[in-house]
Amino acid sequence: MAILRYAIYRFGTMVLTLWVVSILIFAIINLPPGDYLSNQIAELRASGQTSGVAKVEFLRREYALDRSLTAQYLIWVGFIPGPQGFSGLIQGNFGWSFEFDRPVAEIVGESLWLTVLVNLAAVLFVYMVALPLGVLAAAKSKTWVDYSAAFVGYLGLATPNFLLALIMFYYGHKYFDLPIGGLMDPSFEGEPMSLDKVKSILVHLIVPTFVIGTSGAAAMMQRLRANLLDELGKPYVETAIAKGMSPPRMLAKYPLRMAFNPFVADIGNLLPSMISGSVLVSVVLGLQTIGPTLLTALKTQDQFLAGFVLMFVALLTLFGTMISDVMLMLLDPRIQYEGRET
Amino acid sequence: MHPLLKVENLSVGFGRGDDVVSGVNFEVQPGQTLAIVGESGSGKTVTCRAILRILPKIAEIRSGTITLNGNNGPLDLTAMSERKLRDVRGNTVSMIFQEPMRSLSPLHKIGNQVAEVLWLHRGLSEKAAKREVLEKFERVGFPDPERAYGSYSFEMSGGMRQRAMIAMAMVAKPDLLIADEPTTALDVTTQAQVLGLIKELQHETGMAMILVTHDLGIVANMAEEVVVMNKGRVMESGPATAMLRAPAHPYTQQLFDAAPSIPAVAAPAEPLSEQDLILQLKNVSKTYTMRAGSSWKDPVLIHACRGVDLNLPRGKTLAIVGESGSGKTTAARIALGAEPPDEGGEVLFRSNPQGEAILVNKMNKAARTAFQEQAQMVFQDPYSSLSPRQRILSTLTEPLEIHKIGSKSEQNDQAARMLRRVGLNDDMLQRFPHAFSGGQRQRLSIARALMLDPALLVCDEPTSALDVSVQEQILTLLEELRDRMNLSYLFISHDLAVVARVADEVAVMRQGLVVEQAPPDTLFYNPKHPYTKALIAAQPTPDIDRPINLKLVAQGAGSPDSWPEAYRFSDTVVPSLSELEPGHKVRCHV
Repeated sequence: MAILRYAIYRFGTMVLTLWVVSILIFAIINLPPGDYLSNQIAELRASGQTSGVAKVEFLRREYALDRSLTAQYLIWVGFIPGPQGFSGLIQGNFGWSFEFDRPVAEIVGESLWLTVLVNLAAVLFVYMVALPLGVLAAAKSKTWVDYSAAFVGYLGLATPNFLLALIMFYYGHKYFDLPIGGLMDPSFEGEPMSLDKVKSILVHLIVPTFVIGTSGAAAMMQRLRANLLDELGKPYVETAIAKGMSPPRMLAKYPLRMAFNPFVADIGNLLPSMISGSVLVSVVLGLQTIGPTLLTALKTQDQFLAGFVLMFVALLTLFGTMISDVMLMLLDPRIQYEGRET
Repeated sequence: MHPLLKVENLSVGFGRGDDVVSGVNFEVQPGQTLAIVGESGSGKTVTCRAILRILPKIAEIRSGTITLNGNNGPLDLTAMSERKLRDVRGNTVSMIFQEPMRSLSPLHKIGNQVAEVLWLHRGLSEKAAKREVLEKFERVGFPDPERAYGSYSFEMSGGMRQRAMIAMAMVAKPDLLIADEPTTALDVTTQAQVLGLIKELQHETGMAMILVTHDLGIVANMAEEVVVMNKGRVMESGPATAMLRAPAHPYTQQLFDAAPSIPAVAAPAEPLSEQDLILQLKNVSKTYTMRAGSSWKDPVLIHACRGVDLNLPRGKTLAIVGESGSGKTTAARIALGAEPPDEGGEVLFRSNPQGEAILVNKMNKAARTAFQEQAQMVFQDPYSSLSPRQRILSTLTEPLEIHKIGSKSEQNDQAARMLRRVGLNDDMLQRFPHAFSGGQRQRLSIARALMLDPALLVCDEPTSALDVSVQEQILTLLEELRDRMNLSYLFISHDLAVVARVADEVAVMRQGLVVEQAPPDTLFYNPKHPYTKALIAAQPTPDIDRPINLKLVAQGAGSPDSWPEAYRFSDTVVPSLSELEPGHKVRCHV
């Protein structure tokens, strides 16, 4: 089972990469001088509120911010015991947010899944739009079909997302009675999942998905079209025609399969660019995703919160690339057989 | 009797341009082979593709009818709807293409691609189709049909892929097979075997064939009827025997004169004198290490060259002949110092008879620069070996600039002089390569190689990308330059007929070893090694009385284990190269 071995191997490298990423993230967050608590202490002292200082000093010790950076890192990940014993990312403790004065897990909780949901929906949208349009544009290249697909595509690429978001809201609300802002009706926030809540989320998803996905879909469509056009000129396509295959069947079986590789390889790249790209959109649309939280955390040096969000994005990215690598191997026998003796 | 296929007054054009095929007429009788012969741009490929309308989008059939008299009565292929035509394609009329490497999808198993024909046209179940395909696979010579069925195209050699293509074209038992240069991309012994296979299958099934080729030798071996095309028009057509014996049209005559061939009768030649050698390869070996697929397997060693000893006398041409993978190009690269030989090998170069020999494999930087002025290379593909963004002038003067020779105006004069010497005009200096034809480009690349006034030229298949008539001109030019400028050539080729014409000495290589070495006439008069015999026998000659001897090909072209005891070699046991008669060496156990 070459594929299974490969998947395990890829998983191994993924864990290794994640570890390296965690070092980088921790180092970068700690690059600016000071931390959230020392800033706070300075502020309290300046305003003469010495009583609060004791609490903050307590927090400093509690979260090991008085230890060396290396020790802080190891405690954060959970490699060595901290003040509360082994209690790091590995053990499932994501730390404390000083800014919000709540555990990170609690703050991030729902918005984490909403982030995944919004972005997955956007990725699906990208593929569902790009695939048929790209194939159509290539099959009917240099006809009005191709030109109008390209026009719509470039329009999607060129429009700033936040502008598109505002336009969509206005007209979506006016003509289709779509809700404005948020990812669910306010009455469901903090409520347990129910059928109505799911419905509400789905309706609210329409606009964000469209807004976040358009530019990606446009780029992907153009790439698929170009790849497919290249493939259509290859001799094996002639062979298939000479066999007596009908054009749609031929197209789907041979050149599309070949043009598919870059399409699949992009899954990994698509996720992070969407998450970072959707921060602005999330702010404009008032989406309860992780993007705005990350922004606040970075600004206030809320290190555990920022670190966790960044780790999560890294995990998503690595997962995406791993999925696309394994899928590529399933799709293209040449990858699997590479280096095999012939 | 009705002809199976009748093409009348066929004209095809691209876009708004002139006709690329105009007023073509021919007929194919059932079971017969018709060859369409011509050089590049003759319209032969467009003609054969027009039959099944597998043409580029901008191509348009402007006039004419193509009538197919199949089992269901006459069909007009030009007027037929695309939908109906699909039932003809692959079913009644099938096609084989030139490049077996790229004509099969690398993502689908061979069996799937071949069986697809039966699913499409016969509506067979997967199992029934597989049974028929396996039968066909066995017939076209796959040693293990079941394995071939589950293989991917990239796991097979070119010859095997072309056999798979043939199986694909034949599996629906068509009435007509169109083969567009089916063997051009293959080695000569493989070509002979594939042609033999097609002929056999044709006898068995009674299928007719249209064979498109540029090679009159293939025509002589395969065809009953011939159509000669030039610039989109038919020059001459008729029965093959008559035309090959006495070509009527001047163009056909010209094609015959240009086609190189191995002399039918040869006398042994005097051995070359071994004095004043410009280049010597002594015990040159080259081993490449190929990383194995997984880390716990030993890496695979590839012996590209094994103990090659070659001597090139000044002013002569030494040819290395072999098929792909024989090590001929590696030997040439080592001779040029582009790659070092394995420990123990030596390459010696003497720029003039009195001079000290340079050890090419152990040069310092200064010696290397001096050597590069003396030894230059002409490449195989004139289309990709000239930069499309450089004017001819700068392409030609670049070597002089690198070696800092002469002033700007002297460099320009030299470029103009060289251009004239290779038969071009010096007013072409400001043009870009795309303004030149293939033959002219090869002249340019020869001119570039001569700019530094070298003593040695390594020619790596300099004519294999060219049409025969152009090939003839380039070979003449090379011979003329050699005599005039006292050049010595190391000539790499896969084509014995070309070598027969230019070489003073031939070394035949197989699996990294020189198996036989002699002056060409001696070699053709008295070939000893089974592999040399196979190469000679596989060469198609435009002489209807000298058909390819498939038996000789089969004896020599296989792996060394299948050779007679005296000639066998393996990775470890290699017989030495022994001198049979003066100047004629053969690798055999004595």
